[in-house]
Amino acid sequence: MRAALIALWAIVQRETLRFVSQRGRLLAALVRPLVWLVVFAAGFRAALGLSITPPYQTYITYEIYIVPGLCGMVQLFNGMQSSLSLVYDREMGSMRLLLTSPLPRWWLLFCKLLAGTAISLVQVYAFLLVAFFMGIQFPLAGYLLALPALLVSGLMLGALGLLLSSAIKQLENFAGVMNFVIFPMFFLSTALYPLWKMADASTLLRDICAVNPFTQAVELIRFALYAEPNWIALSWTVLALIMFLGGSIWGYDPSKSMIARKSG
Amino acid sequence: MNDQPGVVVDSLRHSYGSKLALDDVGFTIPRGTFCALLGPNGAGKSTLFSLLTRLFVPESGTINIAGRDLATEPRSALARMGVVFQQPTLDLDLTVRQNMLYFAALHGISKRDSALRMEDALGQLGMAERASEKVRALNGGHRRRMEIARALLHKPDVLLLDEPTVGLDAETRRHITHHVHELTKTTGLTVLWATHLVDEVLPDDQLVVLHQGAVLAGGKCHILTGKRTLADTFASLTKEDAT
Repeated sequence: MRAALIALWAIVQRETLRFVSQRGRLLAALVRPLVWLVVFAAGFRAALGLSITPPYQTYITYEIYIVPGLCGMVQLFNGMQSSLSLVYDREMGSMRLLLTSPLPRWWLLFCKLLAGTAISLVQVYAFLLVAFFMGIQFPLAGYLLALPALLVSGLMLGALGLLLSSAIKQLENFAGVMNFVIFPMFFLSTALYPLWKMADASTLLRDICAVNPFTQAVELIRFALYAEPNWIALSWTVLALIMFLGGSIWGYDPSKSMIARKSG
Repeated sequence: MNDQPGVVVDSLRHSYGSKLALDDVGFTIPRGTFCALLGPNGAGKSTLFSLLTRLFVPESGTINIAGRDLATEPRSALARMGVVFQQPTLDLDLTVRQNMLYFAALHGISKRDSALRMEDALGQLGMAERASEKVRALNGGHRRRMEIARALLHKPDVLLLDEPTVGLDAETRRHITHHVHELTKTTGLTVLWATHLVDEVLPDDQLVVLHQGAVLAGGKCHILTGKRTLADTFASLTKEDAT
């Protein structure tokens, strides 16, 4: 048990050191959602009318609506960045160090996941701080309760990245992840528009949005920011986390690994 | 350290799809022995290393590390093994100390214990004064020495090195080869050293010649070569097999 905790601390520390040394990474993590908030939201404010739906008690501006979605976006990109760095580590060889440790592999992967999620929490709260000074503010309890929600959503999106990294052999294939994972997940969710608005366009699209784990993660964050629980969103997000993490542990199992079968 | 052989490989077979990479590979390395795994490029050395370190699992056959079966007791076997991969596995943006501590933590060694071990391991390879330097600032030879020091941090029974001197100058190669040979005598460490460079092998070393995924010959180097040089013996073995 002690050995497992020593490894956990070391992995979190290493990821933090890497994050701190890559100053551009925090900047990119902040600029991306801020561009959406300032530019995209300003343009859409007039075009998109929002009715009062929970957790909102009154009419809200579009900027307020998309903030939870942008928190999710920060975590989605962070999860994919972690995945990219895992594929890079594997290509460069440093992943071998982790995989030849005598600790259980599932634990090492979980440590990696937790370290990546911790980084995403720093990024999200930095974004929320900037949004606060831009006048987009949430109740104090919301900022506190968002932490466990962001932890679950960060773990789920990080686990998705981990799963993808177990299946992607080469760094070059990562462009496909952008096209086929990040963009569809983000746009087919409630990050930018509510479900009922999507239903106006197409019920099929609405249904796809509803089952998208990213939608559930965004709704979990949205409700938490207003200090309200959303048990359905929490259940779906946890379920997706279990599935993605289970899949990645399977993918990294040397006897079943997709990488081992494809190597050579 | 126990009395079991350092490494026992038996009837190992592995393939990538339809391409057979290793076929019926088997050998035993007694404890405290330097064993050179000699083979040309593409012989299957790196595949064998991936199987020995459990990055892959063989289709059939068994691997035993210091008395622990890698398939049934993987964690115990991995804990007794130090590895230096052909590809560097260092974090260039961290210091030597940070890299060493990270590795030690992956083996569950606390910061306090690993600090003492690190000093000792780096000192033996003449790297103690470089502990605070970023790895990026080190030359290839120093990086390799650091990787060897790191692989010994958890006091393994078996050290596996996959072509550790590739790309290094002659003097550094000599120093590293000599140091690892010494370790087998002074600490009882079992070493499996994969190479295609015959000058790294001494007459008293054990030898396993791997070619096209199969073991062509094995035994004490001077017995296998007789009056010929190792280079000639190796050339004739691999030539005979090819014809």
